[in-house]
Amino acid sequence: MSVRLMWRKSLNAFMLSLTGLCALLTVSALFFILGYLVWNGGKDLSWSFFTHLPAPVGEPGGGMANAILGTLKLLLLAALIGVPIGLLGGVYLAEFGGRTVPFLVRYTADLLNGVPSIVIGIFAYALVVMPMHHFSTLAGGFALGIMVIPTVLRNTESFLRDVPRALREGAFALGANKWKMIATVVLPAASRGILTGVLLALARVAGETAPLLFTAFGNRYWSPGWNQPTSSLPVVIYTYATGPYEDWHQQAWAAGLVLLGLVLLTNIMVRAFLTRGSAYERT
Amino acid sequence: MDFAFPLMANSGAAAASSSAKITAHTPAMTTPGANTLRMKVTKLNFYYGKNHALHNVSMDVATNRVTAMIGPSGCGKSTLLRTLNRMHETLRHTRLEGEITLDGVNILTLDVTKLRRMVGMVFQKPNPFPKSIYENVAYGLRINGHKGRLDDAVEKSLRRAALWDEVKDKLQKSAYALSGGQQQRLCIARALAVDPEVLLLDEPCSALDPVNTAKIEELLFELKPSCTLVIVTHNMQQAARVSDSTAFMLNGDLIEFSPTGTMFTTPSDPRTEAYITGRFG
Repeated sequence: MSVRLMWRKSLNAFMLSLTGLCALLTVSALFFILGYLVWNGGKDLSWSFFTHLPAPVGEPGGGMANAILGTLKLLLLAALIGVPIGLLGGVYLAEFGGRTVPFLVRYTADLLNGVPSIVIGIFAYALVVMPMHHFSTLAGGFALGIMVIPTVLRNTESFLRDVPRALREGAFALGANKWKMIATVVLPAASRGILTGVLLALARVAGETAPLLFTAFGNRYWSPGWNQPTSSLPVVIYTYATGPYEDWHQQAWAAGLVLLGLVLLTNIMVRAFLTRGSAYERT
Repeated sequence: MDFAFPLMANSGAAAASSSAKITAHTPAMTTPGANTLRMKVTKLNFYYGKNHALHNVSMDVATNRVTAMIGPSGCGKSTLLRTLNRMHETLRHTRLEGEITLDGVNILTLDVTKLRRMVGMVFQKPNPFPKSIYENVAYGLRINGHKGRLDDAVEKSLRRAALWDEVKDKLQKSAYALSGGQQQRLCIARALAVDPEVLLLDEPCSALDPVNTAKIEELLFELKPSCTLVIVTHNMQQAARVSDSTAFMLNGDLIEFSPTGTMFTTPSDPRTEAYITGRFG
């Protein structure tokens, strides 16, 4: 074996193990977090955690039912605000418009995607909390909704663009006009990908803390309706984890586990959707 | 496989591929009175941006006949076909000059969705919608306002496309469960459902094997009494087998347009002769 060949082989082996190591590190980070959460939070997780209000400090038991419900309500609002806007905007970007307007919209959406979440929180504070003079579920949902828009918009656009031109032409050739073609052929064909994007966007904002701190605020009790401050899992984790009591720390771990479970569940659902194959045949 | 090669049985030498036998096939030339025009293209010039794709093309499409367009890749035959139902308008920066009429009416004055219902289209690659077989066929009727069940119309169209027997037990299955040839016949059924006067076929067999190609060609014969057909094809034997008139195109020019029998036996232009004898293209 020549020196050159040996050098090439050893370089190859080195690079291969380097990439393998990095892949392993990525995966182990997730499993480490998951394992740590289960280890620390698992023992505090019980049925009452999902059904009871937080117990006063020092009292055993108690749960986070209000925070779990609060997070679900915030996500529902975020979806109601962010999904229609992102979806229709995505349809516009993919199907209509010339060159400059879509460029600007796309650029703005990417910028919005990069805005720190705490800034979005300030925005929602100024726009919703200040005029209403109090914190509310509404304000929190509004902040999360804004964060959902760019993700859904860009994702919808790219999945619509992936729908083959042949399908559009097929609809046109049967006398469909443009909006009928979009509504009856393109959107159904892309629906799986669009839904995936929506779920992932919601999973992402489910863990946002900063924009909720001064919009949804927090609440030790149930928050009836939409007009009052509400508890939410990320804010509870933040409050409990930085609090001085040992049992708060325990509860924060459990809440973290629930939140991660929520996100993981969404992800697994998305995967299940995707592995059922593409809605249309790819060329 | 009783219908594997129906052309052989029905029209003798028609399915044979040697050019010597093609000369035996001279359809429609002996049937005077059938020469009414369904569509007429007059002095058509077509541009993709600055690219002048069709030069002063004039041709007639006879009622209930099969008109074929042949020529090498990029000669403009598909472009010409797509102007007939104004599909070119789905592309940006295209420009059309000249006149195209359908039953004497300039198609540019018609509502484009109405025109496309009268002039249907089948594409090169089967493009069924990601829906059930039933919904694919019903699609054209649904978007035109039909509500509820369309069982009779769906069955009729599938029968006309010679697909009914193969799919009648799985109408609610996805169209993608069908084979390529079945998918293409499904697309034909889908186009027939809105009862078009003219059906444009853009190389409908180029993605199919010989057996399925034969089935589609047989189908064209069956459709002829009820529908005017225009077919673009790469395959000269196919043009010879199925068509009554043939247009030969080259670099955006219509070189020759004559009855198919004449075209393949005594072409008037040397370029046509060179192409059909395989000297280029």
